[in-house]
Amino acid sequence: MAEYGFGNPEIIEEEVDILIIGGGMAACGAAFEIGKWNKASGANLKIKLVDKAAMSRSGAVAQGLSAINTYIGENDPADYVRYVRNDLMGIIREDLVYDVGRHVDDSVHNFEDWGLPIWKAKGDEDKPLRQGGKPVRSGKWQIMINGESYKWIVAEAAKKAIGMENIEERVFIVRLINDKNDPTRVAAAAGFSVRDHKLYLYKFKCCLLVCGGAVNVFRPRSIGEGMGRAWYPVWNAGSTYSMAAEAGAEMTMMENRFVPARFKDGYGPVGAWFLLFKAQVMNGFGEDYNKLRGDAIKDEKRFGKYGQGVPGTCLRNHIMLEEMIAGRGPIMMDTPAAMAKLAEKMTPKEVKHLEAEAWEDFLDMTISQCGIWAGENIEPEKTPSEIMPTEPYLLGSHSGCAGIWVSGPTDLPGVPKEWSWGYRSMTTVKGLFTSGDGVGASGHKFSSGSFAEGRIAAKAMVKFAIDNKDWKPALERSTKDLVEEIYRPVRTFLEHKDYTTAIDINPHYITPKMLQFRLQKLMDEYVAGVGTFYRTNGKLLEMAEKKLEMLKEDSLKMRAKDLHELLRAWENYHRIIAAEAHMKHIQFREETRYPGFYYRMDYNFIDDENWKCFVNSTYDRHTGKWAIKKVPYVQVIKD
Amino acid sequence: MPTFVRTDKCDGCKGQDKTACMYICPHDLMMLDKDGSATGHAMKAYNQEPEQCWECYSCVKICPQQAIEVRHYADVVPMGASVQPLRGSESIMWTIKFRNGQIKRFKFPIRTTAEGSADPYGGKPEASMADIENHAVLFTRDTHKGDMSQFVAAK
Repeated sequence: MAEYGFGNPEIIEEEVDILIIGGGMAACGAAFEIGKWNKASGANLKIKLVDKAAMSRSGAVAQGLSAINTYIGENDPADYVRYVRNDLMGIIREDLVYDVGRHVDDSVHNFEDWGLPIWKAKGDEDKPLRQGGKPVRSGKWQIMINGESYKWIVAEAAKKAIGMENIEERVFIVRLINDKNDPTRVAAAAGFSVRDHKLYLYKFKCCLLVCGGAVNVFRPRSIGEGMGRAWYPVWNAGSTYSMAAEAGAEMTMMENRFVPARFKDGYGPVGAWFLLFKAQVMNGFGEDYNKLRGDAIKDEKRFGKYGQGVPGTCLRNHIMLEEMIAGRGPIMMDTPAAMAKLAEKMTPKEVKHLEAEAWEDFLDMTISQCGIWAGENIEPEKTPSEIMPTEPYLLGSHSGCAGIWVSGPTDLPGVPKEWSWGYRSMTTVKGLFTSGDGVGASGHKFSSGSFAEGRIAAKAMVKFAIDNKDWKPALERSTKDLVEEIYRPVRTFLEHKDYTTAIDINPHYITPKMLQFRLQKLMDEYVAGVGTFYRTNGKLLEMAEKKLEMLKEDSLKMRAKDLHELLRAWENYHRIIAAEAHMKHIQFREETRYPGFYYRMDYNFIDDENWKCFVNSTYDRHTGKWAIKKVPYVQVIKD
Repeated sequence: MPTFVRTDKCDGCKGQDKTACMYICPHDLMMLDKDGSATGHAMKAYNQEPEQCWECYSCVKICPQQAIEVRHYADVVPMGASVQPLRGSESIMWTIKFRNGQIKRFKFPIRTTAEGSADPYGGKPEASMADIENHAVLFTRDTHKGDMSQFVAAK
């Protein structure tokens, strides 16, 4: 037998009870919660976690964070639901959001136990949150932290909880495999090592699919080196959405997207500047455009009731975009005025501390923004900074709610029965669970809520595994077939590479990078990217549909010249499926639910009468077709 | 680049089975050029796909030789500035050098416990199987209280 090598991988098959796919905050939450239930059950379940990166620095919190955005504290979880509902334009699964709200604080308390420094109000410096220590809030729900090592600390605890022997890093899972006897059930996951020539096949009773949201689906504003400077982590490739959809899971609210308005080019956070430092934004002429023209969103014919109270994030974007489109840019944040005002009643020492806080906000989570400020000689106390809405992102944990339809808690009053089907956090595919960015219609969880949601899912998975103790997975596809598919880009490369003299230009294959550019170009131009100021219509979407179809066909011709490129090939395949879901949902929803995030110019208004509902879809992997439907929204928490 | 590796400092993490930067990069960007065929510098690391770099600084912070720095995105940032950390066990020191030569230094705490000491279950209760289907609790039984009259279905 030939030695294992590039194009001839060793096949490693393993059977576990529960597989956790991903290593971010949700996965860490699951790893933490699962051990205790496994122990209590006495079932001695075999659990494994696979991460395509290294857990200490994987997922959206890899770089660190300067705040924890969901901490309920002195508030009521019902009020948290109201805040999320308002920001996401009225359509959320309130049962799911409430559940995160009531469980999230306990997770934050654990982070503090493990060593995460959390800012405290004067006098409470040494008092942990758990003992009533008062946090420094930058907003009603946000608390400030020294979060450079946030993920490092949380992963440290998670790794110990699950045991390093049960963790496989640098293994990228790319496919879920349904059960041969029950196609509505998932039975295995397959992927490959990005380090060694090994292909992995994990059979299981159930799995947690938590691989983050989707970044670089749209053409980013920077297309040179700066392409890597996405606002959300560039390694979030839509794997959660794609793998779930292809396994037959019902998706929800995939039309939703997030377009954060951030400091231009570096995408540094603005939250602390707005909430903590009380900075104002102005247009290029120094006008407070929110005051002058912010009333535009009070037009009920176009924005319904949503522009009347505190406007959601998309509506604030809308007001900003109107300024930009009218040629009144650039949009500037007046950092000098904010700092001068704060400094009025401060000692020089306190002013110095304030300046450090402003820089730490970036250094903890978006170091690039400091690079830009330093490169452009910008000192926030002297020079205002430009704000710009980014390219669109698909996610379910931050200020967006794209994702998968999951089973909710059963103990809350007034929740429709059909919103829970036995196991909390399970998708409509038996044995397939998700959390964090994976859960749709439930945004604003952020880091802490994603961890809490991973915990919630883990508990239910233990119950599922016990209930299915005697069940044996049987795969609908052969190992040979899977190897064939997963290694196709490598085979394509080896077969055709000598046909031309230029390795990247070959009529028999396309590089993953060029395929990504094609995806980004068409999403930008037809599906409401930055190039059209986020505007599209039914005709443009028809064009996108055709182009995506051909892109999907051509994805079978991606090449991989090494394992690194095989990683990129599969990431980009996942991006295509996530993008297609997004496009199909926007096409189906004939209204503009999120003005400021995207506009259906042929239905440029909010239509509560016809569209205050979820949009859910299922994908048939065999035919490549989507089935899309409306699902009624039900209000669970009072106005 | 965005991250780049200094030839005078990188030692390829000699004696280790993998380099620290390869181990930690969340996006699989750092590579050890064992024989120098990719870079002309044998046994030194390099960023194999600079336009995919998030500038998360994970490799910069972990490098035992402080051999990795960042030259900010060439298509965005004017030249001459740098932002460089030195991450210790309790705090991180940042040196920010502006294009005009001005230098700012900041130091922030990163954790309150010793590296490696996070104890996931220290002082935590055991799970009780009686609660396995009770969605109101996790094993720690520390659920935030809620005002149930806020539910539409409340009487």
